[in-house]
Amino acid sequence: MTLRPDLNLIAHLVPGSSRVLDLGCGDGSLLHHLISDHDCTGTGVEIDPDLVLTAIMAGIPVMELDLDADLGLFATGSFDTVVLSRTIQTIRQPELVLREMARIGSRLIVSAPNFGLLQHRLMLLRGHMPISRELPYSWYDTPNLRFTTLVDLEDLFAKLGLVIDQRVNLSLTGEPLGKGFRAANLRAGAAVYVLSQQ
Amino acid sequence: MTDSGSLGLVQIQTAQLFTADEPLRLVGGATLGPVEVAYETYGTLSAAKDNAVFICHALTGDAHAAGFHEGAKRPGWWDNLIGPGKPLDTDRFFVISANLLGGCQGTTGPASINEATGRAHGLDFPLLDMADFVTVHRALLAHLGIERLLAALGGSLGGMQVLQWALSHPEQVSNAAIVAASSRLTAQNIAFSAVARRAIMDDPDFNDGRYAELGVVPRLGLRTARMMAHITYLSEGAFSEKFGRNPHPERDKPGFGIDFAVESYLDYQGRVFLERFDALSYLYLSRVMDYFDPFSRPGATERIARQPVNFLVMSFDTDWRFSTDHSRRIVKHLANAAQPVTFRDIPSSWGHDSFLLAGQRYHDTLRAWFDRALRDGLR
Repeated sequence: MTLRPDLNLIAHLVPGSSRVLDLGCGDGSLLHHLISDHDCTGTGVEIDPDLVLTAIMAGIPVMELDLDADLGLFATGSFDTVVLSRTIQTIRQPELVLREMARIGSRLIVSAPNFGLLQHRLMLLRGHMPISRELPYSWYDTPNLRFTTLVDLEDLFAKLGLVIDQRVNLSLTGEPLGKGFRAANLRAGAAVYVLSQQ
Repeated sequence: MTDSGSLGLVQIQTAQLFTADEPLRLVGGATLGPVEVAYETYGTLSAAKDNAVFICHALTGDAHAAGFHEGAKRPGWWDNLIGPGKPLDTDRFFVISANLLGGCQGTTGPASINEATGRAHGLDFPLLDMADFVTVHRALLAHLGIERLLAALGGSLGGMQVLQWALSHPEQVSNAAIVAASSRLTAQNIAFSAVARRAIMDDPDFNDGRYAELGVVPRLGLRTARMMAHITYLSEGAFSEKFGRNPHPERDKPGFGIDFAVESYLDYQGRVFLERFDALSYLYLSRVMDYFDPFSRPGATERIARQPVNFLVMSFDTDWRFSTDHSRRIVKHLANAAQPVTFRDIPSSWGHDSFLLAGQRYHDTLRAWFDRALRDGLR
């Protein structure tokens, strides 16, 4: 199984042999990779019934739960790494979910599409809701509920006492942009954050 | 997907386990021996003995889970799940199904004859514990020459046995599927059982449990117990869909007889139950469920922490006998013990009984999970 580039990037941010909780795990491909190639253990959480079944077929422990309501099921400090990959924009209570993630694990990996991308801003200026590779939906059929720029997202991290240990900016095609990359809030399609509690 | 077929004719077998000299030692301290166990097997045990799946049945189940007995019109109680090409595919898995200790369908229970006295044990039969069921299941496995299970699967009380088994002997159970079960009955659950037991014990024919010697059966009590239990096995929606307020076809004028279709259904369920179930078994087995609370014991998850088990926990969203909260509680304890746990709450309109039905999402999940178990093999 070849891993999607953004998941491949996340896989490299997860320490080997660690215990991973993947929130919004989809078909479980990240966990599958981490379990078979990085000696990790872990569990996925997914709400889409078809994806849950696909993950079970792939042999991934997966729980069919609602992130907005059910994270209380996981004990404090019960995981090393908690991943929220391209999911934060689909949940009703991102603040609560981030708080819960910080309670459950010590290392948080969060990726999010950047609504503040220049291309998105230009579309808004022309009077249209942004549609791009990162935000491929029309306003009426999008699963996304929460739209944030990277700057606003980082404000929320700060408010919750989450420290950014690492940030990888991604291009619209999901390629990591170099360390010298500037003005990410204007130019990055998405970003992956590694966070820890203050 | 392969065609689903029937196992055809199957036969019940009996194993003699334990002896008077080396008896079964129960959790409560009492001993029993010998112990007879009725069981059936389906499929073929692989040469490596790595495809065995043990089925644990619910409160009133029996060893006859699949296929047909000679002359029978109806197959075993889990025939929609077990057979060639079915989710528990007997072309690939070796399935063992046994009547549990304290039961009344061929395994030693309170209605069995106590060899020391020559009469039925009655209420002298010792109280049982979930772990005692597992001890006897394990003895049956040893009798069959099987050391380890690829999986154990059970619904309701069956799921509780699977949980107990995995917690106490994780080295023997690579995969544990726990469906519509509970790790701790609520006061409401116990209340329903209390009324059922009271109905049985207050029946004038109960005679302190000595009814068999007197040639009678506490029919009224056992029937009432079953009628009430059946109400808890279905959701309100299921009752509405099945019966609504439909009148019983033979009703002529309103009275205190069987006026509504639902009354006829409960009456029928109560009557057929009398032909196959024993009142004392109902008392003993339901009591085991009341006391089951494995996670309250100190060190409850120590063994699985050392030797993890792949768990599958499933509930049904309309089940109000063991609601989804019961399953979530199990999941919570297992996840806290760092077990690989898969959990699904399956939408179904039928309530607790859904675990016996062939819902698509339910069976797809079991099929995927068992296929994966077989692929991974014994640990």
